[in-house]
Amino acid sequence: MTASQETVFLHGHIIDSLILAKVLDTILMMGGAFDLQDVKIGATRDAPSQARIVVRASSSRVLADILRAIQPHGATIERDTDCRFEPAPAAGIFPDQFYATTHLPTQIRLDGDWVEVEGMEMDLGISVDPAKARARTLPMGAVRVGDLIVTGREGIRVTPLARPADRDVFGFMESVVSSERPHQPVIADIAQRLQRLRTSHRQGHPGAKVLFAGGPAIVHAGGREALTWLIEADYIHVLFCGNALAAHDMEAGLYGTSLGYGLTAGRSVPHGHEHHLRTINRIRAIGSIHEAVRSGVVTGGIMAACVRRDVRMVIAGTIRDDGPLPGVLTDSMLAQEAMRAEVQGVGLALLVASTLHAIATGNLLPAAVPTVCVDVNPSVPTKLTDRGSFQAVGLVMDAASFLKELARELGWRP
Amino acid sequence: MSRLLVCPPEYFQIDYEINPWMRRENAVVASRAVSQWQALMKVLEQDVGVGVERMQPVPGLPDLVFTANAGVVVGRRAVISRFRYPERRREERYFAQWFREHGYEVLTLEESLYFEGAGDLLGFPDTWFGGYRQRSDIRSFPRLSEIFQREIIPLELIDSRFYHLDTCFCPLSGGELLYLPAAFDSYGLAAIAQRISEERRLAVPEEEAIRFACNAVCVGKQVVIPAGCPRTMHILEARGYHTHPVELDEFMKSGGAAKCLTLALD
Repeated sequence: MTASQETVFLHGHIIDSLILAKVLDTILMMGGAFDLQDVKIGATRDAPSQARIVVRASSSRVLADILRAIQPHGATIERDTDCRFEPAPAAGIFPDQFYATTHLPTQIRLDGDWVEVEGMEMDLGISVDPAKARARTLPMGAVRVGDLIVTGREGIRVTPLARPADRDVFGFMESVVSSERPHQPVIADIAQRLQRLRTSHRQGHPGAKVLFAGGPAIVHAGGREALTWLIEADYIHVLFCGNALAAHDMEAGLYGTSLGYGLTAGRSVPHGHEHHLRTINRIRAIGSIHEAVRSGVVTGGIMAACVRRDVRMVIAGTIRDDGPLPGVLTDSMLAQEAMRAEVQGVGLALLVASTLHAIATGNLLPAAVPTVCVDVNPSVPTKLTDRGSFQAVGLVMDAASFLKELARELGWRP
Repeated sequence: MSRLLVCPPEYFQIDYEINPWMRRENAVVASRAVSQWQALMKVLEQDVGVGVERMQPVPGLPDLVFTANAGVVVGRRAVISRFRYPERRREERYFAQWFREHGYEVLTLEESLYFEGAGDLLGFPDTWFGGYRQRSDIRSFPRLSEIFQREIIPLELIDSRFYHLDTCFCPLSGGELLYLPAAFDSYGLAAIAQRISEERRLAVPEEEAIRFACNAVCVGKQVVIPAGCPRTMHILEARGYHTHPVELDEFMKSGGAAKCLTLALD
């Protein structure tokens, strides 16, 4: 990709004259692809318009042919410059003009060469090591004084995602969030992916992990068994959740209630509101969720499945938490750091019934990771895509129905 | 338009070949060239009634006679051409000198931007069209548009016989356009159609386009046109124009006719 991409600039009365159309058609006819950037249409008839076009081709030879063909129509190659960088003025502070990342694949130009930025994630800075010709993203809080941070916009190249070859729901990347959208075909596509990823993961392929981020509604709504089955069946490899999902899952195991409601009878149980507190207290006394499972106190459910299947868990706390359970990360920056470490190698993310965790996880994921966001409230997937995770497929449905249908698709027979 | 810049053909001949019309063995008959040029002047001055400014011909510059390529003039500002071929580049300083001596503000484009004057830049009061690819560089038009505060629609010239816009495209004073559609690609034709309605687009037949039917000079309702283009004359007369055919075949040996031999000074 690096070798066969060039940015050209077109300026003048390029719209009405169809010069822009001619240039774009030429690129396509010659087997290239383009991205139109910064199109500025002249405000009046006399005023010129301009367009910046990123031209891509499968090889540098095809690219050279395309450039030769479009240059007579006024397309001038934008002269590339190296990116600029400055030392961080203090720990935790970027230089004023720091470059803020997107979650798209990004390269920076160092000493004439394009260098891939590692650890792509949105809303971070980029630190460079010119001696090693390496660059990686860096959260604001992690910057040390003197770290070299990329500034300005020159010498930075962001590559929009090519449309994936897969012809499933992820192949369209259309981010339509609609309660009217039929769920079944989407769930069937997700199930197929899970199957493929499980095989790859078992064969030790990188990038085949499945991440699940979920909220406590999964337990309240009756999705606990289905999710437990999915974990037991090795379809999920990383779990992000909060204190509540873990607490109510274990409450269900210990008391048969979720936030005090009997899960089978559907009625509140006398003193049931204390159950989650008693659960948390019990686990705190044991010392850890892992120990509670290993010692046989917690025997079934999501947490037990995670411990048994060795699923990586990051439990991030919030200010409304009770307890919290041992292992809950109450420092949000530490939690973010732990989540950041676990998203490496994720090939599919399922974000279910949790606004907080869905958006936090969405922020950490590179754009190339297919993502499904499930919530009864359409504003959650909408919010996720509005915040830039445009690759997310939104499903407006209840968490339990989603999990049950997904598990059934994969062979769960309750 | 009241005045035209012209240059007598004293040194006009074919010394080099820089377009498909030019063939060195097809020598110019000097006496015929002079008499044809004088006949053209007579029609312009007496029949059409325009003023003619004659610049001094220069030995060794045979194409100085084609003053349409001197540059483009609006009011008292002249942008001098930057010729693509070195053979004609030597004309630039004489054109610049004439404009300077006659009190014009003389502007030039940056060195690398080829631009061959009114040969490639023609238009209607509100929209200009710029021919590119054969001689002028499309990148010259945004700069010219800025200088003259006019919209300039670039048109690619796809046929090397019609190497300047004024060989295949002739705006008329009534808003009509005399042109050869085959000299443009579909994008160019669509751009023309967007600005000039169908009833104002007058297509010339190809056999007359190669006799330089479009290389005509239109002043008011008078059109001076190379002889041998009866169908084009008929089209023009049907629109109320008076046509003045002039024999110019000696100049066609070099790829030019009436329009190429004149430059509108305003």
